[in-house]
Amino acid sequence: MTTNKYETVVGLEVHVELHTKSKIFCGCSTEFGAPANTHTCPVCLGHPGVLPVLNHQAVEYGMKAAMALNCQIADISKFDRKNYFYPDSPKAYQISQYDQPIGEHGYIDIEVNGETKRIGITRVHLEEDAGKLTHIDGGTASLVDFNRVGTPLIEIVSEPDIRSPEEARAYLEKLRSIMLYCDVSDVKMEEGSMRCDVNISMRPYGQKEFGIRAELKNMNSLRNVVRGMEYEQLRQAEILDAGGVVVQETRRYDDNSGKTFSMRGKEEAHDYRYFPDPDLVKLHISQEWKDAVRATIPELPDARKARYTSEYELSAYDAEVITASMKLADLFEESLRYTKDAKGAANWIMGDLLGYLNANNKELSDVALTGQGLGEMLELLAKGTINGKIAKTVFKTMLETGKLPQQIVEEQGLVQISDESALLAIVDAVIERNPQSVEDYRAGKEKAIGFLVGQLMKETKGKANPALVNKLLIDRLKA
Amino acid sequence: MSPFELSIQEVGAKLKNKELSVSELVEASYARIAQTDDTLKAFITLNEQEARKQAAKLDEALASGEAQGPLFGLPAGIKDNIVTEGLLTTCASQFLSNYNPIYDATVTRKLREASTVTIGKLNMDEFAMGGSNENSSYFVTRNPWNTDHVPGGSSGGSAASVAAGQVYFSLGSDTGGSIRQPAAYCGIVGLKPTYGLVSRFGLVAFASSLDQIGPLTKNVEDAAYVLQAIAGYDANDSTSAKVDIPDYSAALTGDVKGLRIAVPKEYLGEGIDPRVKEAVMNALKTYESLGAVWEEVSLPHTEYAIATYYLLASSEASSNLARFDGVRYGVRAENPDNLIDLYRKSRSQGFGAEVKRRIMLGTYALSSGYYDAYYLKAQKVRTLIKRDFDQVFENYDLVIGPTAPTTAFRIGEQVGDPLTMYLNDICTIPVSLAGIPAISIPCGQADGLPIGMQIIGKAFDESTVLRAAHAFEANTEFHKQRPTL
Repeated sequence: MTTNKYETVVGLEVHVELHTKSKIFCGCSTEFGAPANTHTCPVCLGHPGVLPVLNHQAVEYGMKAAMALNCQIADISKFDRKNYFYPDSPKAYQISQYDQPIGEHGYIDIEVNGETKRIGITRVHLEEDAGKLTHIDGGTASLVDFNRVGTPLIEIVSEPDIRSPEEARAYLEKLRSIMLYCDVSDVKMEEGSMRCDVNISMRPYGQKEFGIRAELKNMNSLRNVVRGMEYEQLRQAEILDAGGVVVQETRRYDDNSGKTFSMRGKEEAHDYRYFPDPDLVKLHISQEWKDAVRATIPELPDARKARYTSEYELSAYDAEVITASMKLADLFEESLRYTKDAKGAANWIMGDLLGYLNANNKELSDVALTGQGLGEMLELLAKGTINGKIAKTVFKTMLETGKLPQQIVEEQGLVQISDESALLAIVDAVIERNPQSVEDYRAGKEKAIGFLVGQLMKETKGKANPALVNKLLIDRLKA
Repeated sequence: MSPFELSIQEVGAKLKNKELSVSELVEASYARIAQTDDTLKAFITLNEQEARKQAAKLDEALASGEAQGPLFGLPAGIKDNIVTEGLLTTCASQFLSNYNPIYDATVTRKLREASTVTIGKLNMDEFAMGGSNENSSYFVTRNPWNTDHVPGGSSGGSAASVAAGQVYFSLGSDTGGSIRQPAAYCGIVGLKPTYGLVSRFGLVAFASSLDQIGPLTKNVEDAAYVLQAIAGYDANDSTSAKVDIPDYSAALTGDVKGLRIAVPKEYLGEGIDPRVKEAVMNALKTYESLGAVWEEVSLPHTEYAIATYYLLASSEASSNLARFDGVRYGVRAENPDNLIDLYRKSRSQGFGAEVKRRIMLGTYALSSGYYDAYYLKAQKVRTLIKRDFDQVFENYDLVIGPTAPTTAFRIGEQVGDPLTMYLNDICTIPVSLAGIPAISIPCGQADGLPIGMQIIGKAFDESTVLRAAHAFEANTEFHKQRPTL
């Protein structure tokens, strides 16, 4: 494959919608999905004479996100106008930040193939979102919905440190996880609350200078980011192989074909004529304000992961998976208030919980399971009140109802039978009904014991203590 | 005698004693407009129906003994770039000939709360760009002193209307002299407050870092009362200042003893009509006689002010006026080929020549590769110009000079020569760049046309400006002269 000759160099520009209650420069609601143009006012509609007023919650969310990405927070930040004509931009300029962004010089660590890699964050800046255009009648008319206009965004610009689609995916997943931990956005790529542009170029291995890059747009899922990059790697490598030159341009990713298409070239590039917005005053960020915002940042995934591997002796992989989602990690830690069996809790989360969520295409918030339930169930297992098979039933009931295990056990009569005399009678009955298996076992076919245990569990509706059943059966058969 | 010749206190007393009603005031306004506006052409839109309704309501309130503020019932004209909910706001542009605002400007709301009556919307240079009202899309307002002459601009309608006794007072906006210069040309009082004192919310932006709304009145006392009503912090305007608002009328003591006045030599040099210079020098003698002292000073960066202003104001304008694209409001061009064509045609047809000139100038100044040399450089010079004033104000209380180099020029005289037109603002522009307050008051006449004197103060020290202006007025008769129309 041609790409083996070339190294891929990628920088990402990620837009994240901040989930403040109101818009960044007016009091309109940012709620998603309202009827078109109902969350609007003269300010966000860009009527003549209106002025923006900065939403301080948006600034704090932006600061919080930038801090979580290890950025230095500016002492003085300001807003600039980015001028361009388009019907989704009612003022014909976007209020953004040009040369004094709220945060700079950050980084995040990602894990790819078991190795940790640091990706630099050039800058994090605040800006307002545009409206939403819908083209109708075969492209002869367009409708515009200004509900989204003025929704606060942060743009997170990475250094060109990413070298493969896998690293890009890991970076985006990590970014998403950190935003969720900070509780500043729901970061859903499919709903547009996280959007990603990819600057991608290729260069022969060993070459220091970057190649000419293309900017890929319109990739609305992680999968599409990876596919778009994979396609672009091949496209650029073919051009380079043929002795050609990659054109610096913006390219649109097409989901249907998995290909990228030229949108506009460098010569058509906008001159945005940035200049400081005279309607807004400079933003002075005091140390006290920074400290207050920093205090609201929870323990982030990397720190939690390190703690889980040292404190609870989880494997690096398990710790990574559990800490990737703060809700999952919180559930894990909550369960440990009720049990000491951290590995057990991790196994149930990794296996039964994530398996259930994946199989049913659900989110953690869709199920009723609590940390207390998980912890108490592990305790019932440890005490022998229930066995592993019963636990599966209890766990499924907890997912669906949120009831605590003790209550489920009582309501469904799920207590494990550990009474030897009660079990012996059933053992005898099973032996009597299955002479063939008994004969097989006694003839040396040890596997036959499995069938007999199965019969016994069936007889007791799974409630028999499996270890005890095993022991009693073998005693009887060897007698 | 017109009720508009009464002082604010006299009107208030007569309203209270039932010698006068708000409806009579409003009818006096419309009668005078009917009598004069075919010639004067100060108004773009009249608000007759609503104004009469409001007058009746205010008269009811008066009858029920409701407390009345100083401006109660006064007929006011509003410059057509200040938005008024439900009342056409065109900025004197055919582009916005159909624009009916869905909200009120903060000053519009404040005037309503002060119970004034909005008589109508006043003509101006399109989007406040110009100094003669010749750039209005609709018609040229005439100078009431001599209808062959311009009223000045851009608040030309606001100034002419007050001078001709059509309204008791008016609001204008000043970006580089647009209140002060027409006030000077029309022989009335025009006050540009400190940047940030009066909310800009609802003022259709020309140059956001310079625009200020202010009153145009027949005398200084009226200016103090109107300023009182419209000044103050507004949460809707991030550039509005959180400062305590003093009682401006209380500052009108008549006492200027010991006041230290600086007179910049740059404002009385080349290009200044000798008759204007003489009127200002005479005014300084009056101040001397009242116990003030004056000295000549230098504001050395004055010569760069006009270039600086036209770069900064045009840059901001190029962005501020980008929203006028024919998509959501205003007049949309018919039969565009595509989106770009819709923008191009709507804006080409919608804007007048001067507006286009400034949009192009500003777009150029902000363009990649030119930004540092033009916009950024101009910002630095602006700081120097501001520093000139800061230094003078270390030793002086006020700066005094002419408002404009000449009296009102003839209609058509400077139309083909925008650069000469721009020079009319040489004395007002530096003040705008510094963001400080200044008032223009009448101080003489030449060939039957008024001459204006400009009194410039420290930031947020409107009180001293008003005090000095009022003391001059109290000892002279210039403000009592009226045009015959």
